[in-house]
Amino acid sequence: MSITTYELNHLDQLEAEAIHIFREVASEFERPCLMFSGGKDSILMLHLATKAFWPARLPFPVLHVDTGHNFPEVIAYRDQRIKELEARLVVASVQKSIDEGRVTEEKGPRASRNRLQTTTLLDSIEENKFDALFGGARRDEEKARAKERFYSFRDEFGQWDPKNQRPELWNLYNGRIRQGEHIRVFPISNWTELDVWQYIEREDIEIPSVYFAHKREVFQRDGMLLADSEFVTRSEYEELMTRKVRYRTVGDMSCTGAVESEAENLKQIIEEISSTRITERGATRADDRVSEAAMEDRKKEGYF
Amino acid sequence: MEFLRFATAGSVDDGKSTLIGRLLYDTKSIFQDQLESVEATSKQMGNEHTNLALLTDGLRAEREQGITIDVAYRYFATPKRKFIIADTPGHIQYTRNMVTGASTADLVLVLVDARHGVVEQSRRHAFLASLLRIPHLVVCVNKMDLIDYDEKAFNAVKEEFRNFAMKLEISDLSFVPISALHGDNVVERSAKMPWYEGSSLLHHLEEVHIASDRNLIDARFPVQYVIRPQSEEHHDYRGYAGTVTGGVFKPGDEVVVLPSGFTSTVASIDSYDGPISEAFGPMSVTMRLTSEIDISRGDMICRPNNQPTVSQDLQAMVCWMSESTELTPRMKLALKHTTRSSRVMVSEIQYRIDVNTLHRDEKPESLKLNEIGRVSLRSTQPLFFDNYRRNRNTGSFILMDEVTNATVAAGIIVGSG
Ligand SMILES: Nc1nc2c(ncn2[C@@H]2O[C@H](COP(=O)(O)OP(=O)(O)O)[C@@H](O)[C@H]2O)c(=O)[nH]1
Ligand SMILES: [Mg+2]
Repeated sequence: MSITTYELNHLDQLEAEAIHIFREVASEFERPCLMFSGGKDSILMLHLATKAFWPARLPFPVLHVDTGHNFPEVIAYRDQRIKELEARLVVASVQKSIDEGRVTEEKGPRASRNRLQTTTLLDSIEENKFDALFGGARRDEEKARAKERFYSFRDEFGQWDPKNQRPELWNLYNGRIRQGEHIRVFPISNWTELDVWQYIEREDIEIPSVYFAHKREVFQRDGMLLADSEFVTRSEYEELMTRKVRYRTVGDMSCTGAVESEAENLKQIIEEISSTRITERGATRADDRVSEAAMEDRKKEGYF
Repeated sequence: MEFLRFATAGSVDDGKSTLIGRLLYDTKSIFQDQLESVEATSKQMGNEHTNLALLTDGLRAEREQGITIDVAYRYFATPKRKFIIADTPGHIQYTRNMVTGASTADLVLVLVDARHGVVEQSRRHAFLASLLRIPHLVVCVNKMDLIDYDEKAFNAVKEEFRNFAMKLEISDLSFVPISALHGDNVVERSAKMPWYEGSSLLHHLEEVHIASDRNLIDARFPVQYVIRPQSEEHHDYRGYAGTVTGGVFKPGDEVVVLPSGFTSTVASIDSYDGPISEAFGPMSVTMRLTSEIDISRGDMICRPNNQPTVSQDLQAMVCWMSESTELTPRMKLALKHTTRSSRVMVSEIQYRIDVNTLHRDEKPESLKLNEIGRVSLRSTQPLFFDNYRRNRNTGSFILMDEVTNATVAAGIIVGSG
């Protein structure tokens, strides 16, 4: 930050914008929560929220929608961060939704719990009476997300209506809702993947080890490298191999692909991201490959 | 690196989305998988060229109808600057989405189809850009390929636009002849228009000077949130969190708090990363004062010798955005201005502006969807504001319907009383 010219560099501007939104929501809503997946974007969100309220603790709980198909490193990271921040963790379990018959597990080798999460999330919103949910979605991730407002209105069914969004003017956010409705709030809307990594490096934010290149048993599926785990069923043609990989996004183990990489530290990751020709979701997410509008369709139903 | 935020504007089919696609494509900001997906969709829809508009028209309905419905945000960077693009819809029905995209912009690109010249939507959007006081406006005369890159035709559009713009307040106006489809004068200067002596559009975007567009004079700090840790370590801590919306604050500054009028001194400006010696917009900081006074969200901290107007009566230009209701005298609405929420009543509609002629229709009965007019509002609480012309942050507000909760108007303060 150069004080003499009163200019903020791009990371400072993005940070200021996000902090403004965290504080605005904490002021205007009764029961906000921060959705946390253990991915880099939600780790960034937790960091920004901490900055927004320092030296006080987070004035809202952290919500993890747990598919049960987690990277163990990510769960360990989550628990440690929550402890350090003295934050309150709410876990909404997809397994529990299955056990209670709210949803049925998909069948077949490509079964994933990705879509089931929506029901678990919406049930948790209702149960906890959350009225604002912070999400780490970024507009550069995907074409439906490119259309999101900072405050994204959801009706009593949790639905997003992309054809009829509230206008959003200047930085004046309309948080007015009726009972049962809620707002999804996206403080890092304007960050790109590269901004996220540059900021993680600048702020020296700790991230789970799966983001750095490491040797792992993987197999090819739909042009992606999936990790072998108890959550996937391999066919006889899907042979295991050992590759040096890292993750660009971290989600459900059954549908998040790894990329081959030599990047073992943040500097190397930033170099890699700067020269990559494939988007992070294109490289690594089976859940977006279902159809052209897979993300839009899931979002309309109430997905993240 | 510095950001430039810009928005597209202009009528349907004038080539806004294609231009953004072209800018992204020619600056190599498109990823392989995005391009493959757009190529496949173009082919499937029977397009002759790869339809670059699909890079921003991401919704199912937009692709089916071949139009832009809502703003799409896209990002790219060159070695000189980072850009945030808002690609907005041209259709009059979606004007509120255009205003959404333009409200935070430093610069607006108004596209005009060289064959059709300046049409009603070009005028409407230029007017809105001037009303929103977007400091820089670039008119892109597009589809030059369809008129043989003809200089005379370009000059005619330029002349026509200038004539209209003379009646508006636009501080920086420029013109570029382009073909969004073929990329002429978008990233590189085109050999097909040797008569054009200006720079390419991208070059212009990289060079336009925006640093002086902010207000560094009138110190304004709307209190957003009060930080009270309630922990042993920070037992007596009481910090006022918010975003600086004008001027500069330093520890030791004498300040006054509105509405109470109490004065105090800035004890420190805090952040997670340590104390801050000078806070300016748009920094989000936490301020502590030397004296214990009662301050809450919606209050405004400023300097005793430079205070905003404090009044319950506002004069404003409003753009009405509701499909289901009209703005009428005596109507009551919810208002949000800085961090302050209030209720207002419409005292009077003074006039409505005809965007084609800029003629004022005096005393209309109402303002309908997409209409713009000047109104007097009476607030239940005093507001602390500046003229929008002086400060976009303390001069703007939104109005919300108290029943449906919809955002129904954008407001620009032009005076008090
Ligand atoms: N010939 C020609 N066609 C163009 C040009 N720019 C856009 N178009 C076409 O005009 C139509 C509308 O473009 P689009 O970008 O969707 O316009 P928008 O509604 O302003 O976003 C599409 O068929 C484009 O291919 C241009 O420079 N030359
Ligand atoms: Mg368009």
